[in-house]
Amino acid sequence: MRARIWGCRGSLASPGPDTVRAGGNTSCVELRTETGDLIILDAGTGLRALGLHLADEAPRTVHLLLSHLHLDHLEGLGFFGPLFDPKVEFHFWGPPSPVTSLKDRIARYLSPPLFPVNISDVPSNPIFHDVPTEEFQIGSARILGAPVSHSGPTVGYRISENGRTLAYLPDHEPVRGGDLREMSPGWISGYAIARDADVLMHDSQYTEAEYPSRVGWGHSSIAHVVTYAQITGVKSLLLFHHDPLHDDDALDRKLVRAIELWGDGDGSPALAVEGMQLELN
Amino acid sequence: MSQNGQYPLPLIMMRELADNVATPLFLVDRDGVLVYYNEAAEVVLGLRWVEAGSLTAEEWSARWAAEDVDGNPLPADARPIAVAMKEHRPSHRAMILFGADGARRTIEVTAFPLLARADEVVGAVAIFWDSAGGT
Repeated sequence: MRARIWGCRGSLASPGPDTVRAGGNTSCVELRTETGDLIILDAGTGLRALGLHLADEAPRTVHLLLSHLHLDHLEGLGFFGPLFDPKVEFHFWGPPSPVTSLKDRIARYLSPPLFPVNISDVPSNPIFHDVPTEEFQIGSARILGAPVSHSGPTVGYRISENGRTLAYLPDHEPVRGGDLREMSPGWISGYAIARDADVLMHDSQYTEAEYPSRVGWGHSSIAHVVTYAQITGVKSLLLFHHDPLHDDDALDRKLVRAIELWGDGDGSPALAVEGMQLELN
Repeated sequence: MSQNGQYPLPLIMMRELADNVATPLFLVDRDGVLVYYNEAAEVVLGLRWVEAGSLTAEEWSARWAAEDVDGNPLPADARPIAVAMKEHRPSHRAMILFGADGARRTIEVTAFPLLARADEVVGAVAIFWDSAGGT
């Protein structure tokens, strides 16, 4: 399995000279299975560039796995070429809602007046799936999606292939004001998703100083994410979903703090940046 | 527990809520197993959570015997939390609860199921109301 990050900014795209190293596009990760299947995690603004990249390849099947439907995870959708290609079999996967279908919730954005085209009219005639409670298969990848603590229906994804696992929790506040280390693992949101993963891409939006005034906003502090990664036993932690107010220098300082908190254990945290590629073989 | 060594998110969120309110809350999983109650509930039940620990429905029904307000024994399946689980609806009744500390308390109990999806009950929560006033 290969992964490539096309966007790792949180909340709002933030291009500019101060964010060129990490990038300003919002969440989007491309995955390629060994059987060549294309899986995309979230449809943030990074999806536009991925669509351009895919133009020559012209994929016949696309699986878009949405963690949730906040705009920063959806707004690239209208600018993604394959969605408008009638030859593409386009699958949406997303968190279930007890009230409204996944299609209708996406249509709130992909319809006038917010967007000129209605989701019902896009040529690829997409298929919508609520993320099932059990594992499901896309090509050679096994995928578990499970609800996690954020604002509104949100799922994290665990994608495994040939014994290697990527966990994706871009927006996640695993505990609200408590101490993760005092909780048994079974009571920690997303534990089943992240447990023993080879790579964890996880929300790291706030500094420890910022977090107390943002409790309940659905995001993690640097201290949260490091503790969470260690409790879940992940091998490699990628700090993801960077705050739009944090420029590259601020992200560097957050990384230094994360490494300090990580201590002497195996591996160490790294910053997710646009263009980063990972091999999980 | 549940699939993959983790409780369902509604239970996790409800426990987090329970830890941050002074309302007595009592939480069971999809099998009726007691998985948590908070400090405020400890007062009503007469036993600290760390001393009680997880108990099956049969065990916790026996640990905390109950009667209806007329003094008749209240079977386990007539308690609000059992009704909420079985019938997938909120349930409420007044009862007399015998605490583990030997105290006899007249309380009211409101219970409701926790649904992760429209057709999936993952547990239930009971709220204890002190009939003498307050919680």
